[in-house]
Amino acid sequence: MRIYPASHYTMGGLWVDYNLESTIAGLFVAGEANFSDHGANRLGASALMQGLADGYFVIPYTLGNYLAGTKFEPVTEDHPEARAAKADVENRIKRLLSLNGKRTVMDFHRELGKLMWEYCGMGRTREGLQTALEKIPALRAEFWEDAIVPGVNEELNQSLEYAGRVADFLEIGELMCLDALEREESCGAHFRQEYQTEDGEALRDDVNFSHVAAWEYTGEGTRPNRHIEPLEFEYVALATRSYK
Amino acid sequence: MNLTLHVWRQKDGKSKGQFVKYEAPDISEDMSFLEMLDVVNERLILRREDPIAFDHDCREGICGTCGVVVNGRAHGPRERTTCCQLHMRSFRDGDHVWIEPWRAKAFPVVKDLIVDRGAFDRIIAAGGFISAPTGSAVDANAMPISKENADLAMDAAACIGCGACVAACPNASAMLFTAAKIAQLSLLPQGEPERWIRVKRMVRQMDAEAFGNCTNHGECEAVCPKAVSVDNIARLNRDYIRSSLIAERRVEAAAG
Repeated sequence: MRIYPASHYTMGGLWVDYNLESTIAGLFVAGEANFSDHGANRLGASALMQGLADGYFVIPYTLGNYLAGTKFEPVTEDHPEARAAKADVENRIKRLLSLNGKRTVMDFHRELGKLMWEYCGMGRTREGLQTALEKIPALRAEFWEDAIVPGVNEELNQSLEYAGRVADFLEIGELMCLDALEREESCGAHFRQEYQTEDGEALRDDVNFSHVAAWEYTGEGTRPNRHIEPLEFEYVALATRSYK
Repeated sequence: MNLTLHVWRQKDGKSKGQFVKYEAPDISEDMSFLEMLDVVNERLILRREDPIAFDHDCREGICGTCGVVVNGRAHGPRERTTCCQLHMRSFRDGDHVWIEPWRAKAFPVVKDLIVDRGAFDRIIAAGGFISAPTGSAVDANAMPISKENADLAMDAAACIGCGACVAACPNASAMLFTAAKIAQLSLLPQGEPERWIRVKRMVRQMDAEAFGNCTNHGECEAVCPKAVSVDNIARLNRDYIRSSLIAERRVEAAAG
């Protein structure tokens, strides 16, 4: 058995309000797909904790309330936005299936994984993250030129599904590096090597970074916008957690 | 090591399937079984051939979705081990490995090694639940449960619903699965209110899904990755017989 340390969570998810409703009315996000209760560092069993807390204590009330208090008009697939979304998906699938290059999707996945491990793993530096931010877009461009996606759309196609996921990973990986670069402190599972105490512990910057950040998608190939929401502590004073 | 695979290939539920032979050279014994299939698929993709469809996700032995029949044994040669936790060190250089999907009328093939296990979901939906409210559990001391029953319920609850029991049974019976799902509730006071209607409804659904009946072969327990005991089938039978002695209407009324 091989044992090695690994980061196992992005520490993020979709931004929701206290009712677990996203910025899209009626779209509720539960479990670890949302912002995540555990904050900057996730420990084992956090998935269960959040799934149970959201599923037992929040969603039954807030979703029921939404359903009871909302008037639903009939919707059709003819809405221009629905048609545009459908066309987008169809184009994306067509584009993926037309890829007939030289490298398998798994090969790209592994290379991305190595980049993330090297530059956005347990220890991150400004220089490393900047390197990753050059390499990932280049890898993404190569993926959309040189990947092989076999099969057809009309039957079960696991290769197509996998290619869609890796295409997403190539975007979220870049975003994670961008986020890690912007957060100039060490906090939770985010350890920037430039920001550490003399004995190698994480050094937080509560003056400039006591906030959560959410990135707004602004379209393919353009830089997303960073929004922040300050963390306000009313009953607990911020302190450094020491395991020593 | 070098292996020769014989893999069941089937386009979809309607098409006819067949074994296709693939040479799998340079396989590391440290690989997991699914990783070996990944490697074979990578080579197929580079040769512009259709990769083998197989179910897989976390590879942590939690759900058994990966389950396939390897050399005639559900989940392969290792006892109490799901396919995803099987490693190639369980095989020898030069081995011929026959890989096929769960075979049962109630589990139609989706593609190659993937089957649709929706029949299990429908059995659960027929009665595999309790009406006790969640989120407001009573104090544990207020509801004494014997250690023996708590342990037996826990053992039954170890069932991950993978379907290996069905694949191993000469009758393609789902009795071990259904029995485990009934026993985990009927052994505890929380499962008592729906006890009789639950067993009736779940058995009825099991029959409707075209699973076979149990004729006490015990093959299911032998391949179960969680070692769920056939004793649970005896529990199911006892409850089922008793439920038939209670008037249908009364049972339905009790279930609300």
